[in-house]
Amino acid sequence: MKTPFKEILASDRFIVTAEIGPPKSTDLHEMTEHIDLLKDRVDGLNVTDNQSSVMRYPSLGTCIIIKERGGEPILQMTCRDRNRMALESDLLFAYSRGIRNVLVLTGDAVAVGDHKEAKAVFDLDSVQFIKMIRSMEAGRDLGGNELKGEFSFCVGAIVTPEADPIEPQLLKFKKKLAAGAEFIQTQAIYDLDKFKRFMDIARGFKYQAKILAGIVLLTSAGMAKYMNENVPGVMVPQGFIDELKSAQKDDRLKKGIEIASRLIRTIREGKLCDGVHIMAIGKEDVVPKILEESGL
Amino acid sequence: MKTITKEKEFAEIEKRIKDARNIYIIGCGTCATLCKTGGKGEVLKMKEKLQNLGKKVTGWMVVPTACDILTKEAVEAEAETIKAADLILVMTCGFGVQRVADHAGKLVVPALDTLFIGKEDEVQTEFSQVCAQCGECVLGLTAGICPITSCHKGLINGPCGGTNRGKCEVDKEKDCAWTLIYNRLKELNRLDLMEECQSPKNYQKVLKPGKASFKQ
Repeated sequence: MKTPFKEILASDRFIVTAEIGPPKSTDLHEMTEHIDLLKDRVDGLNVTDNQSSVMRYPSLGTCIIIKERGGEPILQMTCRDRNRMALESDLLFAYSRGIRNVLVLTGDAVAVGDHKEAKAVFDLDSVQFIKMIRSMEAGRDLGGNELKGEFSFCVGAIVTPEADPIEPQLLKFKKKLAAGAEFIQTQAIYDLDKFKRFMDIARGFKYQAKILAGIVLLTSAGMAKYMNENVPGVMVPQGFIDELKSAQKDDRLKKGIEIASRLIRTIREGKLCDGVHIMAIGKEDVVPKILEESGL
Repeated sequence: MKTITKEKEFAEIEKRIKDARNIYIIGCGTCATLCKTGGKGEVLKMKEKLQNLGKKVTGWMVVPTACDILTKEAVEAEAETIKAADLILVMTCGFGVQRVADHAGKLVVPALDTLFIGKEDEVQTEFSQVCAQCGECVLGLTAGICPITSCHKGLINGPCGGTNRGKCEVDKEKDCAWTLIYNRLKELNRLDLMEECQSPKNYQKVLKPGKASFKQ
């Protein structure tokens, strides 16, 4: 039996979670292999919810599969595709199937995804979503009606430490903490000096949560440049791009693993934050290698 | 304040009028004239396009303000030529189309798409949507910049993670509403307003369809 993520958060250990990105398919073979490969190596498997507004196999379905296979799922839920009623009933279902962790996100805009003509919902925002879960735990749904049965979640949220400008992002971050977020997963970070400055600010806030640094595996210089140009709040320093460029074509992935591992080791040894969340984006099979090289 | 319209693709108009032989055209002298979508020039161009398709234009007019009740009188004055038409092609916003439809007793076909109600810049060349008429005004918390309208996701508790150098994740040219709100609140020394946690919106306040009565 896997240790509940909430207990891991309460401990002093360095926390490690990994991301599972469901496919646009009912063929779940590869994803299931990744789940089996990682479930005993990390503290939680965090499943994306129609990530980048691209329609895929659901986060909720994947979390049930993880649970069935003995892993500890973290259910990502965005505000983009469901109104408050649908979010609430999905949470009831998730709880009834043994899912105990939820990561709340606003969600990317519909326009960046593969269903550009779809109607975006955003009935709630991430702060209201966290508060809604806390209210449901106290026995009331968002309509003010009595809710029967047990209901309790370990709730996480997101922050982008390199958002530009950072000040409005920090105000929103504080609201998420005040609303009751217990853990925070960051957008991908690469510049640890900047991250350290962000953590110094976060550690000064009134409400605290465990903070997991987002580690996105780089697989080529092109990918790094693409992220710098297209992913808000992500900045891969030129030094990493040069390192990837200098590697032979066949060794680029190896170089990416080395960079990720170096980041994780420095974060852990320097106690920069409480843990890491590893996003391998399609290369989940190399996550054990990253963990090994990081000394985890 | 103007109702902003955009001309439909002609192929769509063509499809809607394919069974009609005789067509009457109505434009609007106010917003659609300003948008260059339904003024006299556009109406005459449309007339020519329809004639090139072999249609007969039984008549046309540009009413002063299509949404106004006076449009009823204009339509009645043109009753004969309208009667001779199979349908009316209306080059106005959705308000105008419905006003015409209420009084003309004919099938109406809109030639325009109605986009939003816009606030003009100082020289009236650019219009922006600044109010979405949401029924629950939050401008007192946001230094007069509406996040329901100006934030792509309509967020009311601060920015999403998509802010990029102060711009929106869906359009690098579009300002992030929450960056603007933050900057203005900071100038006014009222950032405390942004720290307040805002409850979910009450969509019951958005009457659909909206109706108001001012009878004494």
